[in-house]
Amino acid sequence: MLPANPLHSLLSGDYPRSRVLAATLFIILVCLAFAPFLFPGSQPINVAAKICVFVILVASYDLLLGYTGIVSFAHTMFYGIGGYGVAIAMYNFSPTWSAMGIGVVAALILSMALALVIGLFSLRVRAIFFAMITLAVASAFAILASQLNEITGGEDGRSYRIPEMLRPGFRLFDEPVLGVMINGRILTYYLIFFSALILFLLALRVVNSPFGRVLQAIRENDFRAEALGYRVLVYRSIANCLSAGMATLAGVLMAIWLRYTGPDTTLSFAIMIDILLMVVIGGMGTLYGAVLGATIFILAQNYLQVLMGELSDALAAAGIPLLPALFHADRWLLWLGILFVLSVYFFPVGIVGKLRQLRS
Amino acid sequence: MPATPALETRELTIRFGGHVAVNAVSCAFHPGTLTAIVGPNGAGKTTYFNLISGQLKATSGQVLLHGQDVTGLTASARTKRGMGRAFQLTNLFPNLTVMENVRLAVQSRAGAGMQLLQLWSHRGDLIDKADSLLASVKLLDKRNAMAGALPHGDQRKLEVALLLALEPDVFMFDEPTAGMSVDEVPTVLELIHQIKARGDKTVLLVEHKMDVVRSLADRIIVLHNGTLVADGEPATVIASPIVQEAYLGISPEAAA
Repeated sequence: MLPANPLHSLLSGDYPRSRVLAATLFIILVCLAFAPFLFPGSQPINVAAKICVFVILVASYDLLLGYTGIVSFAHTMFYGIGGYGVAIAMYNFSPTWSAMGIGVVAALILSMALALVIGLFSLRVRAIFFAMITLAVASAFAILASQLNEITGGEDGRSYRIPEMLRPGFRLFDEPVLGVMINGRILTYYLIFFSALILFLLALRVVNSPFGRVLQAIRENDFRAEALGYRVLVYRSIANCLSAGMATLAGVLMAIWLRYTGPDTTLSFAIMIDILLMVVIGGMGTLYGAVLGATIFILAQNYLQVLMGELSDALAAAGIPLLPALFHADRWLLWLGILFVLSVYFFPVGIVGKLRQLRS
Repeated sequence: MPATPALETRELTIRFGGHVAVNAVSCAFHPGTLTAIVGPNGAGKTTYFNLISGQLKATSGQVLLHGQDVTGLTASARTKRGMGRAFQLTNLFPNLTVMENVRLAVQSRAGAGMQLLQLWSHRGDLIDKADSLLASVKLLDKRNAMAGALPHGDQRKLEVALLLALEPDVFMFDEPTAGMSVDEVPTVLELIHQIKARGDKTVLLVEHKMDVVRSLADRIIVLHNGTLVADGEPATVIASPIVQEAYLGISPEAAA
């Protein structure tokens, strides 16, 4: 038996195993934990909240792709179900906690039931077939969501009010704390932050449990896992359901943050691609990769454009030809793309994998 | 001999298109015996094993384990009922450590795979068990190496450790010593000998090396083109013309 060390229990014995990685993770954790105080203003806290949500979304996808070896394209569907669960409940009932609770539970049930059905029908056959099925189901769901105007608000989506306590007008204290007024927006941020933290640690526990090792065994050699007496279909189905449930909760958190849910913010295929990129950049099968992948990606998405604009202006002011045009703010997507190609090329095992290799 | 064999196949057959790979093989295997299955390459030995352990579905015929029909069960269900299989081509979890490989087998035996919130490292009992198995195949010093990075001979030993970890009633070894260096072979043969010496286990062994077969087997069955062509005491079977021709490639005239 190992000593009862609280950090060991929290991280489930799965340490970063690289000093640079540990330091980076610690910085990210501190920045996220104190984001409202460190970076005042609505844009930074918006980015921080998005990072928290995507860490969970990407971690849940890593559970499938990185740990179990299942390729799914339906992850945004489960994310969307969470978003729409909150949206529909808030919009149609009332902006109360109980309505939200109903929305969350209904979304979780729907997600996990769908994941189970898709899994039982297609996980027993070849991996590519499962990927195709998820793609088809997710597309159908996205179309359904944009067509069912009455329920989902169609292409326009739904804007709604959330419980009083989480609205910007709400004040927890009369006086500012550390120079920041603790309003409903900041409370919402901490709801998201702590939910994300708990979910992440829970995922870390699952992948380091006896169950989690079976998932890895299935990823490595499903044939042999079956021969050892593990019912591969059952394990894959459970992993699929857990992952779907976690993605749903990420969708719930995003819906609470945005106070809006529409096809573009939840179900679009672009988000699916983003998730894939974040997993690959961070490092598959590490979970910590989800933290790094989501943080880097979302920071780049939000600040690369600004940085490039400033660089372009500076270059233009210095009178250098051509370069200002190349670094013009409108070209940010090009550079984002180049960054991804380079990162996948130089870190095929992801940033976390690379950092761990450097250490050993 | 006990009334119920540990394992029995009845008219077990599989066809791939027009080719009959295993043709109506009926055979019973009793506890405390070690049966060697021999035959030339392509005779259907491994296919016969795959049918017994459930990797392939039989076209017709039955597999009985402890007298119960298991023909319709999956490989994992058969393993749960006491069948254990080591594979001919090394079939491990390459990106997990040696220790994790064995531990997964131990864990399957202990039925602990469904624990989601317990720490993997907190099951000290399972780890100790895995370590003692690694010691028995002389791999303990490599417990933290990735299984995929092991030399071939060590992978074969790990394969055997995985089978031992399952503690089956019926052990199926598919050429356990193939590709091993000469000094590694005795370790594995000694383990097989120990299993046999316990008296309550049933061992099936596919093996090409005739000296190994002679030293371990109580009985030899010969497969040729998917058909059972000989069955009996090692000395008798090896001496029989059909084996001399089919297996050793010597024509009866030359042998005589």
